[in-house]
Parts: sequence; structure tokens; C-alpha cells
Amino acid sequence: MSSHWHHFRVWRGDADGGELVDYPVEVNEGEVVLDIIHRLQQTEAQDLAVRWNCKAGKCGSCSAEINGRPRLMCMTRMSTFADDEVVTVTPLRTFPVIRDLVTDVGFNYVKAREVPSFEPPPGLAPGEYRMQQVDVERSQEFRKCIECYLCQNTCHVVRDHEENKPAFAGPRYLMRVAELEMHPLDVADRRSDVQDDLGLGYCNITKCCTEVCPEHIKITDNALIPMKERVVDRRFDPLVWLGDKIFRRTGS
Amino acid sequence: MTDVAKHMKSETVEQHEYDVVVIGAGGAGLRAAIEARLQGKRTAIISKSLFGKAHTVMAEGGCAAAMGNANPNDSWQVHYRDTMRGGKFLNNWRMAELHAKEAAERVWELETYGALFDRTKDGKISQRNFGGHTYPRLAHVGDRTGLEIIRTLQQKIVSLQQEDFRATGDYESYLRVFQECTITELFTTGSGPGAPEEQRRVAGCFGYFRDDGRFVRFDAPAIVLATGGVGKSYQVTSNSWEYTGDGHALALRAGATLINMEFLQFHPTGMVWPPSVKGILVTESVRGDGGVLRNSDGKRFMFDYIPDVFREQYATSEDEADRWYTDADNNRRPPELLPRDEVARAINSEVKAGRGSPHGGVFLDIASRKSPEEIQKRLPSMYHQFKELADVDITKEPMEVGPTCHYVMGGIEVDPDNGMSVVPGLFAAGECSGGMHGSNRLGGNSLSDLLVFGRRCGLGAAQYVDGLRARPAVAVDDVDAAVDRAMLPFSSATDGGENPFVVHLELQKTMHELVGIIRKADEMEMALKKLADIATRTRTVSVEGHREFNPGWHLALDLRNMLLVSLCVARAAVERQESRGGHTRDDFPAMDADWRHLLLVCSALGEDDVELVRREQVPMRADLFDLFELDELKKYYTGDELGEHRAGSSGQGNGA
Ligand SMILES: Cc1cc2nc3c(=O)[nH]c(=O)nc-3n(C[C@H](O)[C@H](O)[C@H](O)COP(=O)(O)OP(=O)(O)OC[C@H]3O[C@@H](n4cnc5c(N)ncnc54)[C@H](O)[C@@H]3O)c2cc1C
Ligand code: SF4
Ligand code: SF4
Ligand code: FES
Repeated sequence: MSSHWHHFRVWRGDADGGELVDYPVEVNEGEVVLDIIHRLQQTEAQDLAVRWNCKAGKCGSCSAEINGRPRLMCMTRMSTFADDEVVTVTPLRTFPVIRDLVTDVGFNYVKAREVPSFEPPPGLAPGEYRMQQVDVERSQEFRKCIECYLCQNTCHVVRDHEENKPAFAGPRYLMRVAELEMHPLDVADRRSDVQDDLGLGYCNITKCCTEVCPEHIKITDNALIPMKERVVDRRFDPLVWLGDKIFRRTGS
Repeated sequence: MTDVAKHMKSETVEQHEYDVVVIGAGGAGLRAAIEARLQGKRTAIISKSLFGKAHTVMAEGGCAAAMGNANPNDSWQVHYRDTMRGGKFLNNWRMAELHAKEAAERVWELETYGALFDRTKDGKISQRNFGGHTYPRLAHVGDRTGLEIIRTLQQKIVSLQQEDFRATGDYESYLRVFQECTITELFTTGSGPGAPEEQRRVAGCFGYFRDDGRFVRFDAPAIVLATGGVGKSYQVTSNSWEYTGDGHALALRAGATLINMEFLQFHPTGMVWPPSVKGILVTESVRGDGGVLRNSDGKRFMFDYIPDVFREQYATSEDEADRWYTDADNNRRPPELLPRDEVARAINSEVKAGRGSPHGGVFLDIASRKSPEEIQKRLPSMYHQFKELADVDITKEPMEVGPTCHYVMGGIEVDPDNGMSVVPGLFAAGECSGGMHGSNRLGGNSLSDLLVFGRRCGLGAAQYVDGLRARPAVAVDDVDAAVDRAMLPFSSATDGGENPFVVHLELQKTMHELVGIIRKADEMEMALKKLADIATRTRTVSVEGHREFNPGWHLALDLRNMLLVSLCVARAAVERQESRGGHTRDDFPAMDADWRHLLLVCSALGEDDVELVRREQVPMRADLFDLFELDELKKYYTGDELGEHRAGSSGQGNGA
């Protein structure tokens, strides 16, 4: 089995600051970046902090920035780098660092809670749900999401813009709204939530989120743009507007 | 996170009080928590990893439930029979019965939480074939069923929190998730030396937050363990770092018992190449959807390995096996779909006989059997996994696969109906509980198990709390002792203790080589000697530095759980002198009816030793027994036991 030495640089530190630390490290055939991080833990950096679970691109725990690119460490093969290329691993930039490669991703859990949940159709008992495969497929694409938060980390609306965080849910959770909108049996209308409370208006469809998604979900084309279209339809439809007013009055 | 004591050295212990504490946020834990909250209980969910990342997320193939959508002949009785056969009749039959009866309801309920399973043509939930299941039975979403289930449960929890917010102004008033928090001790009353056993009750638990190392205790009269499995004690495994047997070990130390620990499932198809991904699972759906196993001669070798007990259900020619995929009613099943233990042993034998693949596995071929489009549609994540990790295009080339340590059938002994262990207030559900799957679990029966018994445990815990007159109090001394034990690896550093990673590797090697897929008495005796040595070393492993997200420290504490669980596995494996399901003895290669009705029960002796006793199983209820034909039962039961069967007792008038 072939192996060689590679020059690794890993960000070490905590909320108070840190620095890139150089490590020469042995790399074997077929290994991924996460293997190398584990090798460091077992040898010279026992206390190197990193998150991971499945090591197969299924859980979305091991997100980091590798040579500046947001990626899953467990799905980044060492063979994609030249032998003499320095590999630099840094934590996700959009979230506060806890330690080394581990960041506080609490932002995402807060946003998840702001998306109104699935509303089942009244009068349909468990076991009576009927949906066609073609109709569930649109939402199924979004449900492939492994919540790695790479898209959340990449979106320029919040990357380096702390001030936008309260008003913007980020691509993952805007997509969650789209998923529920397209669910064949969900009965809620989510178009005002997504525009007013979750900040869809901030998105200017740059598609950076789609580019980094390890599940290859077409976040922008299939979720965000259609949602924008639905919101526009609704806002310009005078009947809907009137209906809303009446509903609000009786409802309050 | 709060900034409480980030660098704190004096040991303040954060304190919370709940009605029910659920340890584990996989399918079992989340379903238990939902139920406890629906019963009006203030409930905490604790998990080592982030919310939504538990092992359940990795499940691929599907969730078994006799909904009869794909074949109307399916029913709970057929599912029950398959489950008992798969477990070689050592299962706790009451659990298997409840599971078969309730799985469909639990799956349908997920749709009301928003789950989107793949559909049949008439819009129902689609069901796929899997090893050991008579009919297509697994509800699924491509090959990411676990993700769908965990996300659905996670989102249901969020929706309950939103309800609570509307009612109380606080999302977390009834249901709170404590993530990246590891529980290291359970507290019971009456635990001191000489305290009477009957006073023992659950009072709470203790742990640390992984991010900043601060300590925390939860005072609660009911605790549900839903901590998953033990695979990290083995070298080649499909399991993640979380699977260190914490729940098993916590239960033992709290006075509960484990059963069936000799039964480990080695999944027949793990990746074998490259080395860094060795063990990662290749879902059984590949075979369910038509994939076949071949040796280096290109031969479909499984036809040579159909055991007598399964002769009648499995095809003897390739033609018949291939016809089964389209006409299951008139053909027998392909032997690639035998229960996992049979397939794993067969692969092992082929490799040993020199007919393996270049990297020590066999070939799993779907490329020559399905179109590239179909493969990508039905098995997208397998396609992705092989492409990215092994540089293999499974639509063009066969995969190389071999056995990997996958699932532990053994676990905490519980009451089948409410999930309570022998310690009042301590419940267990999911992979960490024992009995349901007997000596071998059928694929797809775990996800359904999580839902059925998760719910039952949540309900059981709520009812138990309702029935209490007073809440058991946590003893201050117990909390101090828990802090000391957690800090031990730091103080050991001054005494020159070992690196926990080194000790862990040694433990994995020992279990892999000496208590692995094929077992021998002398090797296991050797393993026990080594484990005794590893026990001493585990007590003194040392770590450096701080408590903030320190993986060395985390492992040092997990290691004592892995050790205790490994001891149970090795002890039970030496004791059981037969081969059955996930326990294969080279020196006792046959299944022996005299062992079927015996359970091996482990309890803890102090910090790192275990005691093992034999116990008789409760005989199967007559109406369930009669669901089987006498001829089949004869293969598993002793003559005496068969007298209870309808065929045997009818001649002698009606017995009791
Ligand atoms: C790759 C793979 C594929 C599989 N595919 C299938 C399939 O297709 N069908 C099927 O039925 N089964 C399948 N299984 C098996 C099934 O996924 C597992 O048995 C099941 O998910 C276990 O669920 P659980 O709820 O018991 O535990 P888990 O989902 O593993 O959750 C355990 C939880 O406990 C927490 N925990 C553990 N210890 C502690 C502690 N000390 N303190 C605090 N928290 C703790 C963890 O953080 C985690 O949240 C598969 C397994 C694997 C590995
Ligand atoms: S498309 Fe929208 S959500 Fe995605 S990165 Fe661009 S601005 Fe952000
Ligand atoms: S949408 Fe893609 S990038 Fe975003 S969190 Fe989900 S899987 Fe990750
Ligand atoms: S470890 Fe699960 S995605 Fe990388």
C-alpha cells in the first residue's frame, strides 16, 4: 500500500483566538481529510477538536473549510490534492468557534424552530394518506438534506454579516419552507412567513449555496426561485390580498 | 451555550429537574420523548452528538411493517413468524408480537408528522424486499430511510415545542434537547453498600457537556436509555464513535441486567477497500433490489450455503431465484436474501477457501443486473458512497464487500410491555435493549423496533411517574463520586497512565480477533485474560489538557463502558456452547435445541467485572406457538416443548 507525507495546516484555538498549526503527516491510499485529522488525534494532537459521526457523508457533522472551500471532511479524498500541495483545514467561518474545527451551530437550530411545522390535513386518519410518487419527489429532493450547514455557512447574506442573522433563515430553512409548500398534503399557506419572517427577500439567487451542497440539492433553482415566484403571485393577486385582510380581521 | 464557567476549575455542577429524562436522540429516544411529552411530562432529551445526527440517520434500507401495500397477503402474523425465524426462536416472543402488531401504525403515524416515504402506484407507502422477510415489507425512501425517520421525529419535536411556545411563551417548557452532552453515571436510591435491593429506584443521572466540559446533573424519577449499540469495541464496524455501549454499561452499573450479549450481528456487506472506509455499510437493499454475490470464479456461491432449516423457502437454481423478483408467489427466494448471519458466514468461508476478491472480500454485483438509471434511482447514496470513497462506479463494476460488525442483539433486559428494566424507573428502548431480535435481527426490524418500543417506553415512563408518591432524591455523595470518576483521567496523567487511543485499539483488536464472527473456546479464554489486563489499564488511562471538547478525555471515559460491555460479550460467548444466529462457535458448529430456551444474563460486579447466570425463557403463548407448523418447530425445539403445540395436544383433549 502506498503512503506519503503530506503538509497539513489546521486551525487551532478557541473563541479568544488561535492560529494555523503545521503538521507533517502520513497519508495512505484511499484516505480522506477526516482520516488525517483522526491520525493527528491519535498521535501528536490528542486534544484536537473535531465533529464527525458517520464517516460516509450521511450525517452532516464534519463540515469545515478545506483550502478555503466549505466541504465535508469525510468526503474529501486526499487524492484530490497534489502531493506537494499544502492542505489547510479551518472551521466554518459563519458560526462562532468553540474550539479548533468545532463551531457553535446553534443559529441553525434557532432558525429551524422559526419555520412553522407540517400541518396535516384535517379528517385524514393515519394510514389513509395517498400521494403519488411524482408529487412527493419535489419535496423528497429537499429532504435529502443532511443538515451539514455548508450552505448556511456559504451564503453571503450571513457570511461576514452578523447583522443579517436575526432576519434571515438561510438557504437550508428557506428550502424547508419550500419543502412544506410542495408537500402534497400540507394545508398551511407559508408565503408570508417566508417573505416577512424568514427573509427570503434577502436572497439574490447567487446560487453559492447550491454549489457547496454535498447532496447536490438544487437549492436555488428548485426551492428558492419557485418560492420567490409564489410569493410574487400572492402579493399581486388582489383577491388573495383581500381574502387575507378579511381573514385577519375575523381571526384576531 | 451559556458562558457559565468556561475555564472553571472548581467543580460546580449544573442542575436540572425533569419528569422523564431520555438518554439518546436516535429513533428510539425521540419517539420515547414525543410520547412522554404527549402524556404531559416535562421531558429532557440528551445526546452525545448534535440533535439530528444520531446513528439512526445512517440507516439505509428501510423500516419493516406489515402494511400489506406491496403484497396483500402480508399480516402481523407473517411478520411475527419471520422475526422469530430470523432470531432462531430465541426472541422474547412478546416483544416480537407487539412489534409485528404495532409497526404499521407507527409508520403511518410518521406520515402525520410529515414523513414522505416512496409510494406505490396507488399512492400508498411503497415496500421493498429484504433478507428474511416473506413479502416486500420495508417502508423506505430510496436508501436514506433512517434520515427520513430521524428528521421526521426531530421535526415533530420542534412542532411540539412550537405548541408549547404558543401556550407558555417558552419553547422549552416541556421538551428540551441537551445536545453534545454525555451521561457518565446513573443515580439510584438505595445504592450504598448494604442498602436493601427493594429500595433501589432511579433518581437521576450525571454527565458533562462536550463543548466546555462543564458537569451537569439531571434529577428525574424516570430515565429512558436509548443509547444504541456497541460496535466501537470492534476493529471493523459500520458503527460510529457514539457506539461505545454507554447505555448497556450505565444500566449494568445501576443494577440492571443484560441478556443475549453473545449475539452480535456481522452484516455481510461492509466495504473492504480502501482501508480507511473498511466496515462502512453497503445496504442490504442492493441484494433486495436484485444484486447478487459472486466469488472470484464468478460463481453465485450462496446456493451452496442454504442451511437445512431454510431449504423450503429458498431457490435452488439461478433461474428460479431470478424469477422470484417478479413472481414471488410462485418461486422461492434467492439465497442472497438469507438472514444476515448465514450470508456473513458464507462470505467468510469463501474468503477462507481462497475464492475471495483482491482485497479480501467477495463481489457484490448489481451492475450486470440493473440498468444504470435504475441503480441511481433506487440506490443513490450507495452510488455516491462508492464513487466518492472508493472510486468505483457501481453501475459499471461490482463492489467488493465483506462482513462488518453492525448490530448488537443483546441489551438491557426489559419488561416487553412497558420497557422497564429490573431497576424501577429505568427504561430502555431501541438497540440498547435486548430480547426483541433473539439471536439475529432481520434487516428493517430495527427502525420499526425503535418506533414501537420508543413509544411504549415513553408511555411506560409517564405512567411510572404518575404512580410515584414521592420523588427519589439524589445523594450528594453519589454526585461527588461521579465528579471524581470523570476527573480521574486527568489525575492519572501525573502517574504516567496510558494514552486512551492506544488502549482502545488494543481492545478492538482483542475483540475482533478473539471474539469475532467465528469463535473458539481457547481464543475466547485468551480474550478474557487480555480484557482483565485492559481493565487495569482502562482505570489508569490519562489525558492531557483541558475539558473543552477534548476527544482524548471523552474516549477515556467511554473506554470503561466498552470494556464492561466487551466482558459481557466474551463471557456469554464462552458460555453458550452452540452456534445460533449472531454467535458462531467453531468448536460447537450446530444449533442445539437444549440451548434455545436458555438466556444468559449478565450483571455488574463492581466497576469492571461481570457475573453471568443462565435463566429459562418464558415459553411462547399457545396461540402464537400455533402460528407455526409443527414440522418447522421441530428444527428448533426439544421434544418436551413441542407437546404444547396444537398438533401435539389435540389428540389428548384440550389441555390448559
Ligand atoms: C449503516 C447502518 C445502516 C442501517 N440500516 C438499517 C436499516 O435499513 N433498517 C433498520 O431497521 N436498521 C438499520 N440499521 C440499524 C439501526 O439504524 C440502528 O439499530 C438504530 O438506528 C439504533 O437506533 P437507536 O435509537 O437505538 O439509537 P441511535 O440512533 O444510535 O441513537 C443513540 C443516541 O444515544 C446517544 N447516546 C449514546 N450514549 C450516550 C451517553 N452516554 N450520553 C448521552 N447520549 C448518549 C447518542 O448520542 C444518540 O443520540 C442500520 C445501522 C447502520 C449502522
Ligand atoms: S442563492 Fe440565495 S440563499 Fe443561496 S447563497 Fe445566494 S443569496 Fe444565499
Ligand atoms: S441543503 Fe445541502 S448544503 Fe445545505 S445543509 Fe442541507 S445538505 Fe448541507
Ligand atoms: S462524518 Fe457524517 S458527513 Fe462526515
